[in-house]
Amino acid sequence: MEKKVFARTKGLTETPMRYCPGCGHGVIHRLVGETLEELDIRERTIGIAPVGCSVFADEYFNCDMIQPAHGRGPAVATGMKRVRPDCIIFSYQGDGDLASIGMAETIHSAARGENITIIFVNNAIYGMTGGQMAPTTLPGMRSTTSPFGRDPKVAGNPIRVCELLSSLKGPVYLERVAVNTPGNVVKAKKAIKKAFQVQVDGLGFSLVEIISQCPTDWAMTPLQSIGRVKDEMIPYYPLGVFKSLEEKK
Amino acid sequence: MGEKKLMKGNEALAEGAVRAGCRFFSGYPITPQNEVPEYMSWRMPEVGGTFIQAESEVAAINMLYGASACGTRVMTSSSGPGISLKQEGISYTASAQLPIFYANVVRGGPGLGNIAPSQGDYFQATRGGGHGDYRVFVMAPNSVSEMGNFPRICYEVAEKYRMVTMILADGLLGQMMEPIEFDFEPIDPSKLPPKDYALGIQEGRSRRVVRSYDLKPGFMEKHTWKLMEIYNQVEEKETRYETIMAEDADLLVVAYGTCSRISRAALALGRKENLKIGLLRPITVWPFPSKILHDLASRIKKILVVEMSTGQMIEDVKLAIEGSAQVFFHGRPSGGIPTEFEVLDVIKKIYGK
Ligand SMILES: Cc1ncc(C[n+]2csc(CCOP(=O)(O)OP(=O)(O)O)c2C)c(N)n1
Ligand code: SF4
Ligand SMILES: [Mg+2]
Repeated sequence: MEKKVFARTKGLTETPMRYCPGCGHGVIHRLVGETLEELDIRERTIGIAPVGCSVFADEYFNCDMIQPAHGRGPAVATGMKRVRPDCIIFSYQGDGDLASIGMAETIHSAARGENITIIFVNNAIYGMTGGQMAPTTLPGMRSTTSPFGRDPKVAGNPIRVCELLSSLKGPVYLERVAVNTPGNVVKAKKAIKKAFQVQVDGLGFSLVEIISQCPTDWAMTPLQSIGRVKDEMIPYYPLGVFKSLEEKK
Repeated sequence: MGEKKLMKGNEALAEGAVRAGCRFFSGYPITPQNEVPEYMSWRMPEVGGTFIQAESEVAAINMLYGASACGTRVMTSSSGPGISLKQEGISYTASAQLPIFYANVVRGGPGLGNIAPSQGDYFQATRGGGHGDYRVFVMAPNSVSEMGNFPRICYEVAEKYRMVTMILADGLLGQMMEPIEFDFEPIDPSKLPPKDYALGIQEGRSRRVVRSYDLKPGFMEKHTWKLMEIYNQVEEKETRYETIMAEDADLLVVAYGTCSRISRAALALGRKENLKIGLLRPITVWPFPSKILHDLASRIKKILVVEMSTGQMIEDVKLAIEGSAQVFFHGRPSGGIPTEFEVLDVIKKIYGK
């Protein structure tokens, strides 16, 4: 007798993904999709696709989806959650989307303590537009607009979003994870599930920052890019829980 | 309907939207429209709606994008500098065909300008304002009564055609007090028909997607032509205007909003002196009442455009009449307000020519 040990999650559509080989987005999509299925919230969830490589997320997540302007996900999420408090609202965003052009929307939705979930994919680069410097690009890291490596004297230092948001009273749950090893993928799944659970329980703002790899715009092989996550990204962006008030409430 | 009330224009605008079924408002303070968010901040909770003071106009319009996608009647309001910031979201909303309503209580510009009444945002309102090929249904009230009664029309047009609608007012209309009688019964939004695009609980239906883009080759062109077809219908069916004493006129004044009131007063003065002046007042400035103006211009050979700007609507006037009459202009930009005597003087000079 055959025993099924792995199947496509109902949280994702049948549409084949167009991400590059080795890209973190696909793995992260899978984790979010599984969460929608496991928490049995798929049919009452509205997802927000960002402007970035994952703009196509509106074709991939098997729930109602909306695609707003670059960086405005948290504002759109706010509008939706306030008129549909019975729905689960998540905003999936890249680092350019969330930490640069949409920083005001990020901080203020967090400060208001909106009962929404943000899946923040930090790959330290503007993937979609071809590899320009992001607010999260590491010092010394090359991009098409920092061809000699990011110079903090000119471009400043990368923004650590979880640390920044943890100074606010609004957020209930903030955690940083990575998807570079099987162990880290398991941890990332746990964090994503918890973030959604916080919203289901009506506790407030949750955000999971996921350190991701962009082999294409890092000009690396998938394996090399995983190495960079371990050797360069995680040392600057330490993994862990930054805020977790859900037990207290 | 009911009794006459004395109200400020901005408050009438807010109350009119609430009566028309608006249940979500987000905005950011800016003079001369502050009474709108202030009113909404207590009125929305009273009717079970949502009021949010957003962190910026950019956030405010994008909150509307979300709330409207869930099927709620939504509103935001601002003045020039804030409307500039909202153009991003307005363009996305137009592409995604979400029926939103907003108001611009225009102040003097460009830049921070001043807080005096102006009509300098006509181009921004009637030319779409944001990027891409789209139109906005724009109503130009000239009284507190219309400030309060036009939101209902805007919501109806917005939902019928699934497009962006707006009220183009100015600081004077926002700040002045006048009696108002609402010409419609309060609308209970929960009784409105469900919207087949609205996001929410799936309950067996297939999943829905609201998006403003299509990267497949040729698809966005098709989508834009589809939008244009809708706009053509709106032009045909939803153009609104008012004429006063145009029948026997040999000089036609064209003015909207506050300037139409001033011009009406100038017309009354002129008629006393046997000057055969008429008035065409566009009530919708997009769609612009081009056809009636074209017809009038086949007979009336002198047209005076009066605006609180350096001349913006005059372009639509010239396009409509296609060179068939002489067009004169009187304008006062960035806070200047013409008096009826000033307008009458201009009219007399034209007759003298
Ligand atoms: C207002 C605006 N500015 C710029 C762009 C161009 N743009 C598209 S995606 C993107 C960057 C996306 O980077 P990120 O958010 O990090 O997502 P990634 O592709 O890396 O996943 C930019 C700048 C845009 N679409 N809109
Ligand atoms: S460019 Fe980078 S982020 Fe975009 S799909 Fe390719 S690997 Fe992923
Ligand atoms: Mg990125």
